[in-house]
Parts: sequence; structure tokens; C-alpha cells
Amino acid sequence: MITSKSMPADARTRSFGWIIPLACAVVLALLAPMWSSYLSDLVVKIMILSIFALSLQLLVGGTGLVSLGHAAFLGIGAYATVLASSPEGGNFLVLLLAALVASGLSAAFIGAFSMRTKGIYFIMVTLAFAQLAYFVFHDTSVGGGSDGIYLMVRPAIGALDMESSRTQYYVVLGALVLVYALLAMIGRSRFGAALAGIRVNEQRMRAAGFATYWYKLAAFVIAGMLAGTAGFLLAARDGVVNPELLAWHHSGEVLLMVILGGIGSLRGAVIGTVTFVLLKELLSTHALVGNLADHWQLTLGISIIVLVALLPKGVMGIGEQLARKKKQAGGAAHG
Amino acid sequence: MDLATFLVQCLNSVQYGLLLFLLSSGLTLIFGIMGVINLAHGSFYMIGAYMAFALAPYLGQHFITMLLVGVVLAVVLGYLLEWAFFSFLYERDHLQQVLMTFGLILVFEELRAILVGNDVHGVQPPEWLAGSFSLLGMMSYPWYRVFATVVCLIVAAAMYWMVNRTRLGMMVRAGASNRDMVRGLGIDIKRLYRIVFAMGVALAALAGMIAAPMASVYPNMGSSVLIICFVVVVIGGIGSITGALVASLLVGFVDTFGKVFFQELSGMSVYLLMAIILVWRPEGLMGKRS
Repeated sequence: MITSKSMPADARTRSFGWIIPLACAVVLALLAPMWSSYLSDLVVKIMILSIFALSLQLLVGGTGLVSLGHAAFLGIGAYATVLASSPEGGNFLVLLLAALVASGLSAAFIGAFSMRTKGIYFIMVTLAFAQLAYFVFHDTSVGGGSDGIYLMVRPAIGALDMESSRTQYYVVLGALVLVYALLAMIGRSRFGAALAGIRVNEQRMRAAGFATYWYKLAAFVIAGMLAGTAGFLLAARDGVVNPELLAWHHSGEVLLMVILGGIGSLRGAVIGTVTFVLLKELLSTHALVGNLADHWQLTLGISIIVLVALLPKGVMGIGEQLARKKKQAGGAAHG
Repeated sequence: MDLATFLVQCLNSVQYGLLLFLLSSGLTLIFGIMGVINLAHGSFYMIGAYMAFALAPYLGQHFITMLLVGVVLAVVLGYLLEWAFFSFLYERDHLQQVLMTFGLILVFEELRAILVGNDVHGVQPPEWLAGSFSLLGMMSYPWYRVFATVVCLIVAAAMYWMVNRTRLGMMVRAGASNRDMVRGLGIDIKRLYRIVFAMGVALAALAGMIAAPMASVYPNMGSSVLIICFVVVVIGGIGSITGALVASLLVGFVDTFGKVFFQELSGMSVYLLMAIILVWRPEGLMGKRS
């Protein structure tokens, strides 16, 4: 993690680090009944994409593997959910399991081959495999071709029925909390430390006796399954899946969210997702920006360029940047 | 498949492959030499195609003049873009480059929508290239495709000569293998980069102009071609112009014949090729082992 060059202050924030995310989750849970359906829908979308971004953060920030094909696992999870459910709907847990198995197996397959490459080649191989998966759904009849397929009845188990938007909200919130907690635990575990070691210097880790290939593959499979979870939730929310879920633009967008937030911290992934989705939403709202809303791609593009230019370490780096500026200003005054 | 059909498919493969080479050699220059991952490269191809659409009413019959005018405009555009955006990106890591050039794609796409709309357009080849000739007395082959192949061949040969025989090419090659050494030798790396970048943009735009009369001019044409370009660069080995040529032709053949033999799954054939090659040679066909 970026904060690993820790100062004493960091140690303190670290041990209480879970308080802020937990508080956010509690606030989200308490506020939900007061929100309009538009707002609650937007929050659900952001939470699902946050899970997706968090899963990629494990690869990019946690292990140093930059994948440009991560949307494949989101899409495969979503397709598995719809394909495994019958016209009368399906069991929530069974369909979730189907999504996890499908995304996990495909991640194991793709990962096993991709791990042979490094750096930019890895970026491109993951992209190539994701394109392959895209064309499987786009060009064949497996998943209804380019139109995609509908989920007639949303998954349910007992009283837990995804047909209700309130249930959807709490299920997605619960999933986000679990995924966040899981990744936080991985980050602190020996396994997470080994991944961080691989990110910094793979050669040295190998020399130290770590089978780095298997560590990276395990990270890839976990990330794929978490993305598959996001895909399951997305399919359950939208009731429809189409090949665009796997398109490289989607992989690019989620990578964007991770970079925008700040690479290396779980919070960064969530903050990046919130920033990106809200930015997109604001820039395409007529009430706020008038006719410019028709050209939201233009303004979004310019905003991204400006953000990158101003925030080389992402939104999470703002504090650090301000602190440095303050120090410089202070130094200049004294000098 | 009879001989004439086979020949036509071969010609199409070579023509498509060479067009890909124009595009991917531009990307190789920018990506392999300057170390910038430029996702906006496909946008330059799109800009070229739309330039052909815009210039055709005036210069359509003087097609070669039109190509030259387009190349000059693209060089100017590339020079300005390098100055405005890309010169900031050299010191940044790859991820930031991905992010910023992704932003540029959005800007270019929307500007295109504002300026020319979202319709699909066609560009007519000039009258003197409009016909076709007969191949083995069975199949007809359009003259324009022959012209496109010849132009691409000339540019490819010029590129090869430039990279391997000129002083600029020497600097480019040196820059690709060891940037610090080039800087150490006192070569103005900033200017070198600006020239290389402008050349890359011009090559992509030229490819777009040549492609316009064969394929229609449509929104998002840039992003689909971008991925294929990256595939070519990675298959060939990053930074290698020869590798880009070999990979372009390979992809041209696989794509063209994939469409003939496996209609349903033809979209995949190129990515399958890439996956196979990278599993076999993770550093690409002509890449250096690290």
C-alpha cells in the first residue's frame, strides 16, 4: 500500500482505519429509506461498480498486475447468473454460486496463460482474452448475440427477493461491506504481504523462495470472482445482460476509477468510483450544465485530462500534495 | 475454394495487412520509442477518415494531392497535440498515460459528433480508380484496392529506409533501445519526440484516408481499430518496426481468411492468434527477451 512508508501518524490511522468505511456503510444503511428512487438507484449502481473497482484494486494496487480485461469477469458472472436461472427465476445462492464458479474458472484459465507475460504485455494479453470472451457472447447464440438476454424473474431466496428495490439496496450494501472487509483482511495477511512483495520486486520474492506464479494466479482468481460477484449483482439489478458488459471500454473505465481514486488503497477504489460516476452523472444532467449536458463525453474527457494533470496520485493523493505544498510554503517563509 | 477466390483473399489480406502496418508503425514509434501508451491512436485514424470525407468534394479527383494535404494537416495536428498534451506524459507512469489518452478519446469522439454528426458516410474513390479488372477471367478486383496496396507499400518501404538508413532513423532506433544514452549523446530528445509523434499521427491519418473509400466512415471506427493495432504491436514485439510489419501481415491473413472459413467466430480469430503467440513467445515475435 502507498502508506507503507509509514510515519507514526499513519500507524494510528491504520489501527482505526476501519472506522471511517464502517461509518460510511452505517450512514448509507440509515439514509436509504429517505432517498428518492433515483438517488437510491444511483447509489446501488455506485456500490456495484465499487465492488468491481475494489476487485481490480487487488490486482493493480495489491499485486502490481494491470489488467485491461477485467470487465470479462464482470460479464461472465452476469451471464452465468442469467443463463443459470430458469424462466421462473432462481435461487439467490445457487445463482451467486454459478456466477462465482464461472468467473473463477475463467479467471484461472485466463490467468494461467497471462501470468507468463509482464508489464505492457500483460495489459495487452488480458485485453486479448477479454475480447475473446466478448466475441463469444457477441457472435454466437450462447448469450443471445449482440442483443443480450433478459432475466425474467430476479433471484430470490425466502424473504430475500431481488425484485424489491429495497432488498437490492441492502444486499448490494452488504456485499460491498463484505468485499471491502475481505480485501482489507487479505491486505493484512501473509498472503497480501507476499503480493505486495511481488509488486515491489518479483525477482527478490522468487529468490526468497516464494512461488510467485501461484501467488499472482491466486490473486487473479480472487479478483475475477469478486468481479463476478459484481456481475451477479448487476444482472440481478438490471434484469438484462449484453456483450457490452465485457467490452474493453468497460475494462478501461474501471481501471480509470482505480487510477482516479488512487492506486494502492481500498478507499481509493471506492472514491475513484464515486468520483467517476458522479462526474458522469453531473456532466450529463441538463438542470446543472444546461445544453452542455448533450456533450457530456467532451466535458468528461476534459475533466479526466485535467484531473490527471493536477492529481498524479489520484484523489487519495490530495492530502499528501497539500501537505507538501504547505511544507514548501513554510520552508520558503523561514528561508 | 477455387484459385481465383483464394487469390482475391490473399490480395485482400496483404492490402489489409499493409494498412494495419501504417497504423501500427505509427503506434510502434510512439509506444516503443517514446514509451507512451497512446490509446488515442485510433482517434487519429478516425480523424484521417473524416478528413477524407471532408476533403473529397474539393480534392476527390486529385486523390494523391488530397492524401498529401491530409498528411500535412495531420503533421500539424500531431505537432500541436504533442506540445499541448503528450509532452507532459513522458515522465508519468503508464497508467496515467492510459487515463489521459482515454480522456482524449472521449474528447475526439464528441468533437466529431458535434462537427460531423453520428451518421455513417461513404467516400467515393476518384474516377480514375473507380473500375475493377478481372482476375484469371473469373473474379473482378477493384483498382482502388490495388492503389491502396501500392501506397501502403511505398510508405512501408520509406519507413523501412528511414528507420534503417537515415540519421533520424538511427536516433529513433537508439531512442528505442536506450533513451538515456541518446540524451547523453546530446541529441535534442524533445525535438526528436515531437517529430516522431507528428509522424505517428500522420501515418494513422493517412491510413484512415486510404481506408475511407473501402470501408465506410462511421463513429467509433477509431476504437475498434485501436485494439487491433495494439494486438499487432504486441504480437510483433514492442518497438520493432520489422516485427510490426510481420505481425500486420499475419493479422491481415488470419482476419481475412477467418472471415471466409469461420464466419460465426471470425471476430475472435485475431485475438486467438495473439493469445497463442504470446503464450508461445511472451515478448512477441521480434521483441527482446528481458
